[in-house]
Amino acid sequence: MNKDYMITIENLTFRYGQDQAGAAAVDHVSLDFPRGSFTAILGRNGSGKSTLAKNLNGLLLPTEGVIYVDGYDTRDDDHVWDVRQRAGMVFQNPDNQLVSAIVEDDVAFGPENLGIDPKEIRQRVDKALESVNMGKFRKKPPHLLSGGQKQRIAIAGVVAMKPECIIFDEPTAMLDPKGRQEIMAIIKELHEEGITVLLITHFMEEAAEADRIVVMHDGKILLDGTPAEVFSHEETLKAASLDIPLAVELAGKLREKGIHVPAGIISKEEMVEFLCQYR
Amino acid sequence: MSIQVTNLTHIYEPGLPTESVALADVSFSIEDGQMVGIIGHTGSGKSTLLQHLNGLLKPTSGRIFIGDIDITSPEVSMVEIRKRIGLVFQYPEYQLFEETVAKDVAFGPKNLGLDEEEIQRRVESAIKLVGLSYEQVAEKSPFELSGGQKRRVAIAGVIAMEPEVLILDEPTAGLDPKAHKDVLKMIEEVHRATGNITILVSHNMADIAYLSDQVIVIDSGKLVTMGTPRQVFSQREKLEAVGLSAPPITQLTEELRSRGIVVSETILSVDTAAEEIAAWLKKNLEDKT
Amino acid sequence: MIRDITLGQYYGGESLIHRLDPRIKIIGTLLFIIELFIVDNFLGFGIAAVALAAVIAVSKVPLSFIMRGLKPILLILIFTFALNIFMVDGQILWQWGFLKITREGLMRAVFMAIRLVLLLVGSSMLTLCTRPLSLTDGIERLLSPLKRVGVPAHEIAMMMSIALRFIPTLLEETDKIMKAQQARGADFESGNLVQRVKSLIPILVPLFVSAFRIAQDLAMAMEARCYRGGENRTRMHEMKLKKRDYGAIAAMILFLAIIILESWWL
Repeated sequence: MNKDYMITIENLTFRYGQDQAGAAAVDHVSLDFPRGSFTAILGRNGSGKSTLAKNLNGLLLPTEGVIYVDGYDTRDDDHVWDVRQRAGMVFQNPDNQLVSAIVEDDVAFGPENLGIDPKEIRQRVDKALESVNMGKFRKKPPHLLSGGQKQRIAIAGVVAMKPECIIFDEPTAMLDPKGRQEIMAIIKELHEEGITVLLITHFMEEAAEADRIVVMHDGKILLDGTPAEVFSHEETLKAASLDIPLAVELAGKLREKGIHVPAGIISKEEMVEFLCQYR
Repeated sequence: MSIQVTNLTHIYEPGLPTESVALADVSFSIEDGQMVGIIGHTGSGKSTLLQHLNGLLKPTSGRIFIGDIDITSPEVSMVEIRKRIGLVFQYPEYQLFEETVAKDVAFGPKNLGLDEEEIQRRVESAIKLVGLSYEQVAEKSPFELSGGQKRRVAIAGVIAMEPEVLILDEPTAGLDPKAHKDVLKMIEEVHRATGNITILVSHNMADIAYLSDQVIVIDSGKLVTMGTPRQVFSQREKLEAVGLSAPPITQLTEELRSRGIVVSETILSVDTAAEEIAAWLKKNLEDKT
Repeated sequence: MIRDITLGQYYGGESLIHRLDPRIKIIGTLLFIIELFIVDNFLGFGIAAVALAAVIAVSKVPLSFIMRGLKPILLILIFTFALNIFMVDGQILWQWGFLKITREGLMRAVFMAIRLVLLLVGSSMLTLCTRPLSLTDGIERLLSPLKRVGVPAHEIAMMMSIALRFIPTLLEETDKIMKAQQARGADFESGNLVQRVKSLIPILVPLFVSAFRIAQDLAMAMEARCYRGGENRTRMHEMKLKKRDYGAIAAMILFLAIIILESWWL
C-alpha cells in the first residue's frame, strides 16, 4: 500500500447478494488513484462502474480483494466514517440525495454528522455554498430549484465535509445541457483545488475532460490510459457499446478517405487546428 | 391529418400574484406524416405546449385543430382526443404499474373501450413495433426489465392506442449511449411504419437534426423560429440568444468555415462533413503542387 | 390542484415571532391550546383573540394568507356548527319538524366555532412562523429528556424532517403520474366508488415504486454523508435562549395568569 495513492484497489471482486455462482458485477479489478488525480470511469449501464464506485467508500464491501482509502481498509468497522469523510460521493438523482427542506441545512447535514463545532459548520456551509455559486439560494427549499442547482447543493454538501476525494456517480445523467455544463465546470474547479476526482459517466465528452480514463465492460477493465490513448481504440469502444467523441469519429471517417489524421486528436479544437495547417 | 395551432396562449394562475405566461400567441402548422423536433431550454414552455396538444391542459386562448377537429372546443370528448394524440412523457417507465408487460401495454387500449380481440392485436403489434419480442416479454413483470426495455414498454403502451399523432417528450433522457441509439432507431422505425405525424422534444441537437423534417424553437413561451433543420441551425445568433446551439458537427464545420476552410454552410451530419473536408483537402493539395 | 393546500405551510419572515426559539413557540402553542379548553365564556375568548391578534400583528404574516389555510377545514367547521346548533336542548327559538334551534344550542355552536377557529389559527401560527426544520429540532430537544425512558427523540425528528422534505417531491411525482395515466386514457373522475378506488391503482403502484426508490437512494446518500443516528451529532443552528425568548416566556405566564383569573372570577 503506497501513501501517494488516495485510493488503492487490490483485486476487487464484487457479487450482489448470495449469488456466488453468477457473474460478478466487478470482476478482479485492480486500480490506483494518485492524490490529486482526475479519473473518469466510463462504461455503459451494467458495466459495473457504479458498483465499483459504491465499493470505494464502504457503501458496498468487497466480496474478494481489498480497497484502501487514504490507508484505511474499507472493511475495517472502526474506520468506516474516516473512509466516508475522506471519500465523499455525489449521486445521480439530484432529488433523492438532499435530506433537508432548506438548502443550507442540507449542506450542514454531513458536518453535523461528523460532530463538528456549530460555528465551524456555519463557516464551512457558507464557503461550500459559495464554491458552487449557490450562496443566494441558501434559504430556499430544494424542490424549487432546477436539477442542476440541486446537484450543486449535493456537491456543496460533500465539499462541506472537507473530503480529499469526491466520487461522482453519473452526476449529470438526469440533467439538461445547461445543468451538465455547470456541474462539469464545478468538478474541474474542485480538481484544480487539489481534490482527487473520480467521475463515473457514460458521456464521452465529460470523460475527455479527465487526465485518465478507465473503461469498464462486464465488470472488467477494458482500457486504462490518457484520453488520447483510450480514444485511439475506436473499435474496442464501439464493441463496448460506447460513443466516441465527435473529433475522433470525424478523424476515423477522414482516415477511411485516405487522409492521415494523427491519433492524438480528440477535441474539436485540436481537429480545427489540425485541419487549419493545410490552408 | 395535419395539426394547426393558432394564437395559442396559456397563463398559469391568472389574476393571482403568481400569474405566469407559459405560452404567448404561438402559431404553427404541421403537415401530415412529418417528424417535427421541438427545442428550447428547460422552462421554455415546451411541456406546456405538449400538454395542450393532448388536451391535458386547456388554452387560455387560441385553438388547436387536429385534422378537422378543434380539440380546444368543450364539446370534444377526452377519449376522442386521446384516440388521436398519444403523448409519451419524460421517463415514461415510471408510469408502469401492471403485473405483466402485456397487461400494462393493454391499459391504454382498454380505456378506449375496445374489444378483447382488438386489444390483443394492438398489444402484440405495439410490443413488436418497439423492437421487443412479444413471446419473450409479454408475461414478464415490467419491473424485471432493463432501463432501455422498460422505456420501450412504456412507449408501446401509448403506441397501442394507435394515435394519429405521436408526441415524445425527451424519449432518450437518462439512457446510456447504446440504449439512446436503440430508442432513436425505434422512433424512426415507428414513424416509418405508421406514417403519422411524430413530434419529438429533445435537448440533443444532433438527434433533432438527424430525425426532423421541421424544427420548432421555443423560448419564454414564444415561438422563436420554425423551419427545416438546415434553416433553423443556420441561425446561429438567434439560437444563442435563447441559450441553444447547433449540433456539435455544425459548430465544428462553422468554425472551419470561419477559419477559411471551404465547406458548405450548416452541415448536419458527420458523414457529409468528412466528405467535404476530404474533398477540400485533396483540392487544396492539388492546387499547391 | 393538490398544491393549493396551505395548512401547515411556512411563511418566511424575519419578525420577532419568527426568530423566537422553536421550543418556546411549541410550548407557547401548547399553552394556548390548553387555555382555549380552560376558557368557558366569551370574555376569555376575547382575551385569547386579542393575544393571538397581537402575535399575528408582530409576525407580519398577512391575514389573508392565514385565512386561506382555513379553507380546507371550512367543511368541518360548518359540520360542528350544525351539529351543535341542532343537538342541544333548551329554550326553543325556531322549529321545523324534528329540527329545532335552541338558545343554548346557538350559544354552544357559536362558542365551539370560535374555539375551533382560534385553535386552528393559533396552531397554524406555529407552522407559519417556524421553519419546518427548526420545528422538528425543537421537538427533538423537547423530547430528549425522554430518551432515557426509551423515546427515540432523534429518530422521530429525523423522520418528520425527511417527510417535510419529500412531501413536495411526492406531490410533484403524483401529478406527473396522474397526467401520464390520463394521457393513456385513465379516468379518475367518473364511475361509482369501487370503480374510482380501482382507478387509483395505476397511480398508487408507480407512486409506491417511486417512494421506495427515493427511500433507497436517500438512505445510501445519508450513509455516504456519515449519518449514524443521533449519537455525537452536532447542529449548525444552536439553540440558546436569548432575551427575546425570556420576554416571550414572561408574556406567556402573564397571559396564562389572566386566563386563569378570568375564568375563576367570572
